[in-house]
Amino acid sequence: MSAETVLPREPVFVARGLTKVYRTGETEVHALRGVDLDLAPGEMVLLLGPSGSGKSTLLNILGGLDRPTSGTVSFRGTDTTALPDAALTEFRRRHVGFVFQFYNLIPSLTAVENVALVTEIADSPMKPAEALALVGLGDRLNHFPAQLSGGEQQRVAVARAVAKRPEILLCDEPTGALDSRTGVVVLEAIEAANRELGATTVVITHNSVIAGMADRVLAFRDGHVVEERRNAARRPPAELSW
Amino acid sequence: MRALDRKLYRTLWQIKGQVFAVAVVVACGVAVFIMALTALRALQDSRDAFYDAGRFADVFAHLKRAPDAVARRIAEIPGVQVAETRILADAALDVPGLEEPAIGRMVSLPPAGRPILNEVIVRRGRLPAAGSGDEVAVAEAFARAHAFSIGDRVSAILNGRKRTLTVVGIVLSPEYVYSVAPGMLMPDDRRFGVLWMDEKALAAAFDLDGAFNDILLRLRRDAAAAEVIARLDQIIEPFGGRGAYARKDQISHALLTGELDQLRALSRMIPPVFLGIAAFLLYVMVSRLVTVERQQIGLLKACGYRNGAIATHYLELTLAVLLVGIAGGIAGGLWLGRELTEIYGRFYHFPALYYRPVPWVIATASAIAVMAGAAAALAATARVARLPPATAMQPAAPPVYNDILPGLLGRLTQPSRIVIRNILRWPLRSSLTTLGIALAVATIVSSSFGFDAVERMIQISFFTAQRFDVMLTYVEPKTGAVANEVARLPGVQAVEPFRAVAVRLRHGHRAELSQITGLREDGALRRIVTADFRAVPPPRHGLLVSPKLAENLGVVPGDDVSVEIMEGRRRTLSLPIAGVVEEYLGTPAYMEIEALGRAIGEPGQVSGSFLRIDPLAEPALFARLKEIPNVATVAVKAATVRSFRDTMAESMSIMLTFYIAFGGVIGLGVLYNSARIALSERARELATLRVLGFTRFEVSYILLGELALLTIAALPLGCVLGYGWAWGIVQAFESDMFVIPLVIERATYGTAIATVLAAAVLAGFLVRRNVDRLDMVGVLKTME
Repeated sequence: MSAETVLPREPVFVARGLTKVYRTGETEVHALRGVDLDLAPGEMVLLLGPSGSGKSTLLNILGGLDRPTSGTVSFRGTDTTALPDAALTEFRRRHVGFVFQFYNLIPSLTAVENVALVTEIADSPMKPAEALALVGLGDRLNHFPAQLSGGEQQRVAVARAVAKRPEILLCDEPTGALDSRTGVVVLEAIEAANRELGATTVVITHNSVIAGMADRVLAFRDGHVVEERRNAARRPPAELSW
Repeated sequence: MRALDRKLYRTLWQIKGQVFAVAVVVACGVAVFIMALTALRALQDSRDAFYDAGRFADVFAHLKRAPDAVARRIAEIPGVQVAETRILADAALDVPGLEEPAIGRMVSLPPAGRPILNEVIVRRGRLPAAGSGDEVAVAEAFARAHAFSIGDRVSAILNGRKRTLTVVGIVLSPEYVYSVAPGMLMPDDRRFGVLWMDEKALAAAFDLDGAFNDILLRLRRDAAAAEVIARLDQIIEPFGGRGAYARKDQISHALLTGELDQLRALSRMIPPVFLGIAAFLLYVMVSRLVTVERQQIGLLKACGYRNGAIATHYLELTLAVLLVGIAGGIAGGLWLGRELTEIYGRFYHFPALYYRPVPWVIATASAIAVMAGAAAALAATARVARLPPATAMQPAAPPVYNDILPGLLGRLTQPSRIVIRNILRWPLRSSLTTLGIALAVATIVSSSFGFDAVERMIQISFFTAQRFDVMLTYVEPKTGAVANEVARLPGVQAVEPFRAVAVRLRHGHRAELSQITGLREDGALRRIVTADFRAVPPPRHGLLVSPKLAENLGVVPGDDVSVEIMEGRRRTLSLPIAGVVEEYLGTPAYMEIEALGRAIGEPGQVSGSFLRIDPLAEPALFARLKEIPNVATVAVKAATVRSFRDTMAESMSIMLTFYIAFGGVIGLGVLYNSARIALSERARELATLRVLGFTRFEVSYILLGELALLTIAALPLGCVLGYGWAWGIVQAFESDMFVIPLVIERATYGTAIATVLAAAVLAGFLVRRNVDRLDMVGVLKTME
């Protein structure tokens, strides 16, 4: 994308002082208690932590699905927390690719159509078949979700996320519902997308084994980043197992 | 409270929108049923009470003139309980404030005051005093139309002599519950009124001293009406008898009976549609609930709840919805029934309307609704029993789709493919939804087409066939010279004579009282017109008859019928049926006027004239007509048409509003529920799309596009169903009096389509708000 050439090493995201408080009746839940974060272009960051530690909330705010109670998120200089809903939709449509724990494929569309769903509304997408080939599903284009295994469904979801050549790829527990071997295949697909497309990638997991494949690992607890670690070198997912 | 009951209330509250939509549809079905049958009962009760109190006659006959002594012979006919003679004649009335003459039906009151049969009920004032020459009691409808009070005066031409009459009383009669002028089907209370007068005065006016020209019979319970009528006809024939007939052919009674039959038909045709649709909506609603709650059902089973207990839970839920609907339906039905009865009260003149809630009607309506709903709920919960607890605890497998139309979908965008595949994935549900929407269209089309039919009747009868402005009838048939006199009246531009002869037609064992109208072959003011607006000349040999008359006699063109002329020399002749002409009103027969005159042995005689007049000269002409002694009645076509339209507009527009509202409710109920259910089934899918960057509009398109497609498919289907339904109504409502033409104008289809589209847009708008509130964050974390 043209923006990358103009601002090569500027952070894609700059988040400052993010807090998120959910009010349910009388009780207040502090999901985020002041998070600062910079994400560099092409970087792969892993968010690690137990459930309820606030990592999904952070991801949702970055992806424009949710708004912080206080603090700012700047995407390439634009404060996304101040954007109206329609602009947030536009932001997701143009810049963000999502992968979810439960795949969230459209059951009435085939694999290639699920990918086409996104490429049809993107600016300069790859061909749906190309995206599926990238995740190793070049031969299952015309299968419906009900005819695919869990791992295959998740790889379709990855293909769907990367087909629009997003600047940001957000993955929430992409291997959470998969066994180790299938999970590795999915991680390889994510890693390939990150490497080949240069998309800034954030992966949520509570599985610390995966940490080796990232550039940077942020450990979450109780709404804070409690530890930040940089890997000198990324390990290929094939070497991982759990 | 049991935990399951608490769940019941919470679920109901959660889906309150759907509960309400289904309940409204149920309520409509129950309400129409109760409305139609309670109004029917009220009219029957009011009629029976009036007939009893007024001792309404069983047999009626009119004749030319018979001495009083004949009455005794009539009373001696076996089976006759009471025979009462009277004088009955039509007269031209000059009513203050009415430009044209009105038609007055003069009825005699016996010297004793009150008649034994067809007794009048005095509403205000009193009956004319015995021996009073100029006192009249006036029918309430006519009095109301002219705001008569006691002491007002009316001029009448009685048998050629002008008399001034004083109103002393305002009355009602069981004979004129529905008060229509001779030869008309619609009441025109300004231009037709019934007046009761002392017998002696009326006898003197019509040269009937010591004689009578009308007879009423009350029969014993075991009497054979047909035999009595035959004997009566024998006795009165030498006296110019016009053919006796039973109560069922008495015009007021026949039209009232026709109305009651229509109400009964209404109660059978409309409610099943509503309840069928309600059952379908309940089925879908409960099925969906069972699917959503399959894990809860599995849990209940795992905890030891029996199938029966769980099924009962969903049945109770259905019952709760039904109860809301039934309660609303009962309240609405009783209100509408009372309103409808009051509307009828404006056209049917009863001394009192006995409206009351009828317990069996309410019970039946409720029972039918409960049965329909319970059947739907049972079908939907049957699947609960088949779920083993372990499976039930697992999330449902994703639905399997097939690429049904691989080639055809090629050019469509993915959202459009989602729409098409979802329709095809659940073909039964899609078809039923389509059918439901189509029925909404059909309800409106089939109930609105009556307007079109009436307009067609008006066009054919009043404009294409009757091209005259005024129709005169003479006191007695006159020679053609009278027509020349009429032609010299002010403003008369053209005159054409006609001859009307009362006849009894016989074919085999079937007989029918009718009237042959003789028209000029080259007539331009009164033509015989077929349903396709073609003019047919009156035949010189034989009769042209209406389809209803042909049907009643069982004749086809070429058959010979025996024609008994019931006036003048009372010949009996044999004439062939020359043809059948598509006419909607009554059972007329036509012939060329001179051929008719020769056939009955009275050549050159005319019964009346059709006039074309200069509108500017109307006041002068009407003023003259009120003075001419030979003129018995004057009918002004424009006034007749206006009154006909007003009456139809008043009686039909109220009902029409109901039906358009009902159609809208069906459409809204079906569409809103389908949309809500689609939303609940696919919330996760739609929220995913929102996350992927689809706008609210695009996501709404996927949800509502499906319904839009089904609606578009339903519109033509609904029009076709509406046409078929209208055809059924035409068959059901056809009576001896008239045939309803099956005509549906484009505007009627347009109204139906527009109403249902408006309902669709409203349903879409209501659901769209829920699309806007889709929880994007929530769906990502959970399996359904």
